[in-house]
Amino acid sequence: MLQIILKRLQIAVPTLLFVITVSFFMIRLAPGGPFDSERPIPKEIAENLERVYHLNEPLITQYGYYLWNILHGDFGPSFKYQDYTVSELILQGFPVSLSLGLLALLLALLIGIVLGSIAALRQNSRVDYLVMTFAMTGIAIPSFVIAPLLALFFGVMLGWLPTGGWGSWQQMVLPVISLSLPQIAIVARMTRASLIDTLNSPYMLTAKAKGLPLRLILLRHALKPTLLPIVSWLGPATAAIITGSVIIEQIFGLPGIGRYFVNGALNRDYTLVMGVVIFYGVLIILMNLLVDLVYAWLDPRIRYEE
Amino acid sequence: MKPIKSSLLPLIVCLLSFLFSTTLLATELHRGNGAEPKTLDIHKSSGVPAANIERDLFEGLVIAGADGRLIAGAATTWQVSEDGLRWTFTLRKNSQWSDGSKVTANDFVFAFRRALDPNTGSEYAFILWAIKNAKAISKGNVKSLEALGIKAIDKHTLEITLDHPVPYLPSLLTHSMAYPLPEKVIKTFGKKWVKPNNMVSNGAYTLAEWTPHSHIKLIKNPKFHAAESVKIDTVFYYPTEDSSAELKRFRAGEIDLTDAVPSTEVSWIKKNLAEAYHNPPYIGTYYYAMNLEKAPFANNPDLRKALNLAINREILTDKITKAGEFPTMSWVPEGMNHYKTQRTPDSKLSQKERLEKAKALYKKAGYSKNKPVEIEILYNTSDNHKKIAIAISAMWKQTLGVKTTLRNEEWKVYLNSRTQRQFQVIRASWIGDYDDASTFLDLLRSDIGTMNPSSWKNKTYDSLMKQAETEADADKREKMMQQAEQIMLDDTAIIPIYHYTSKHLVNPKIKGWVDNVMDVHSSRFLSK
Repeated sequence: MLQIILKRLQIAVPTLLFVITVSFFMIRLAPGGPFDSERPIPKEIAENLERVYHLNEPLITQYGYYLWNILHGDFGPSFKYQDYTVSELILQGFPVSLSLGLLALLLALLIGIVLGSIAALRQNSRVDYLVMTFAMTGIAIPSFVIAPLLALFFGVMLGWLPTGGWGSWQQMVLPVISLSLPQIAIVARMTRASLIDTLNSPYMLTAKAKGLPLRLILLRHALKPTLLPIVSWLGPATAAIITGSVIIEQIFGLPGIGRYFVNGALNRDYTLVMGVVIFYGVLIILMNLLVDLVYAWLDPRIRYEE
Repeated sequence: MKPIKSSLLPLIVCLLSFLFSTTLLATELHRGNGAEPKTLDIHKSSGVPAANIERDLFEGLVIAGADGRLIAGAATTWQVSEDGLRWTFTLRKNSQWSDGSKVTANDFVFAFRRALDPNTGSEYAFILWAIKNAKAISKGNVKSLEALGIKAIDKHTLEITLDHPVPYLPSLLTHSMAYPLPEKVIKTFGKKWVKPNNMVSNGAYTLAEWTPHSHIKLIKNPKFHAAESVKIDTVFYYPTEDSSAELKRFRAGEIDLTDAVPSTEVSWIKKNLAEAYHNPPYIGTYYYAMNLEKAPFANNPDLRKALNLAINREILTDKITKAGEFPTMSWVPEGMNHYKTQRTPDSKLSQKERLEKAKALYKKAGYSKNKPVEIEILYNTSDNHKKIAIAISAMWKQTLGVKTTLRNEEWKVYLNSRTQRQFQVIRASWIGDYDDASTFLDLLRSDIGTMNPSSWKNKTYDSLMKQAETEADADKREKMMQQAEQIMLDDTAIIPIYHYTSKHLVNPKIKGWVDNVMDVHSSRFLSK
């Protein structure tokens, strides 16, 4: 186990360095700069700004500065939100995205696995079709349609829940549901397919032949292998969901970090984009490591191979 | 135990009722504010969202009243010398910072010097360039900040010396670049002076909380000289970039004032929220600029005029933008201080007559339906810009047979193409910085660099604007600027399309809201 971890971490460092290097130069290749605006600023003032932010120096020197600074844990100031450092922005926004994402994920797993199992056990029945229709709809309807509809119905028409903001549990309900709906659909479909697969495998037949009750077969023999594909999906999905969703954040006015990906790039906020890319990179690497460990625990074959 | 309990009971009841009553009494205002402000450092900020908040936090020498017109702020009176170069401001004696210290003339001197110091990196330093030596300091040519033409005569008298007369100086001084700053606080906290708890301000409110992309909370400043007239105790500013989401929050009662309304919802709003909908003129113009450095537009005023006349602006504002925008063939919006907008003779023609004239001019320029001019329109990614570009290209094709292609670019790429002059026709807009026609007309001077949208050059125009810059007599100055506007319109330097309106939803319970062309609404003048 320890070996797996060490091996993974060894690969992680060059991977991250590669990601940093590529994104550093790519964002600077994009036309325009952080201080361009509708009102072009006088040349002298632009030069002042560039000097203050070291943008007047050769790109390779800037890259050197940047690497040196991140080695010291300094991601620099945001170009766009000048009163905040990139670390401050990420540290303030991440708890919001994390709690929102984890709740949505939990909800998706709970409902998705139950729905998927029901569908698998009643394969090709009406219940199955109903669940799968729901799942397809969940995947097909984008969150920028669902979220405003939910807000309109529960917030404006019924007045039960707030339509935006962050702080109370009531404000979490609609964003969590909107974020989890497509995930519920994905989990339900995966569970169904995987469980059907498992149920048809020879050791299931053996279990059935032994006369074990269905409940025991499912819990003791079918559950673990059924969860395998979901676990491997869970790694990148968790990283993606807990780093926020720009759409959900925009619609519900949430202070998460999802918007920093998109807006950071659009604003040419070099340091902010780099900060979130590195943050996301580290999260993905960690999540994938975690998935491998859980995998090894769930599936004895993998353990033995190692 | 018993006696203690009974003696505590009245106290608890008192305390609870006090807490309850204070929470009930505290008046809150919830404002939608567009984008998240990039900074609240008055010298580094730009854009309307930051300006709205800073207007509540700070008070300049002169301020915009509830109706947007200028009134006394931190200065009670001011005089200008006969040559228009020396302005003397008498400050209020009872002005205090939120930490209790006095606001003095030195606070303004410190702030103005910081604003122009090249090390500050102010984007808007040019607002103060009329002050003596300001431009040179800002460009780094004069190193000593003391050389700046601003001086504290005594604690309550401030003198500003200019390079040339600027009759609209008071209007410039309402900008955040001209607010005072407490030197001690800036020196103590450095860059972090803008953080809640650190910031000390002299306006009606102080900064209490700032959670990026969630809210900014301001609370009433008890030290403010007119504190007793401030009715709202707490102001929340919410970033509301998604105007549909903002509309929902308004309808759910979570927001009292919206920053905008989605143009697709305007008809619905007019029908269902008529009482709350405010839609007055705003100092902005939406226009198309042609690249006059290259063919086919260089030295071809006939073609430019033909294209200008072939646009039916009413269709664009009625069917696409829909929020009461004013179709226009003029550049300076109506309602600017001491200025009557100019109209070209063409603007008085009927649509039919315009089209006839457009055809004739197009022919005169050497083009016809069989030999059409080919034009590419560049716009930045946005639904309305796209719809307008499609409509205009259809109008050009229908009337003149022009072959148009459309190119859209993401904002920063578009800006880059614009400054590099990599376009033929480009959509653009301009929002005035202050209440004076020069904020529009300066844009077409040939010495303004890439800010001049079409690279249009005209010597008479330049000299008129230069004369207007140094003219102290407001009437003469207006005449010069009107003449200049007439020249640029006659030569079709650009194609104006419509003047903006501001679009707000205001909770009918809010009192003190006055629509105004500058679209400024300090929270201190509002009540609930």
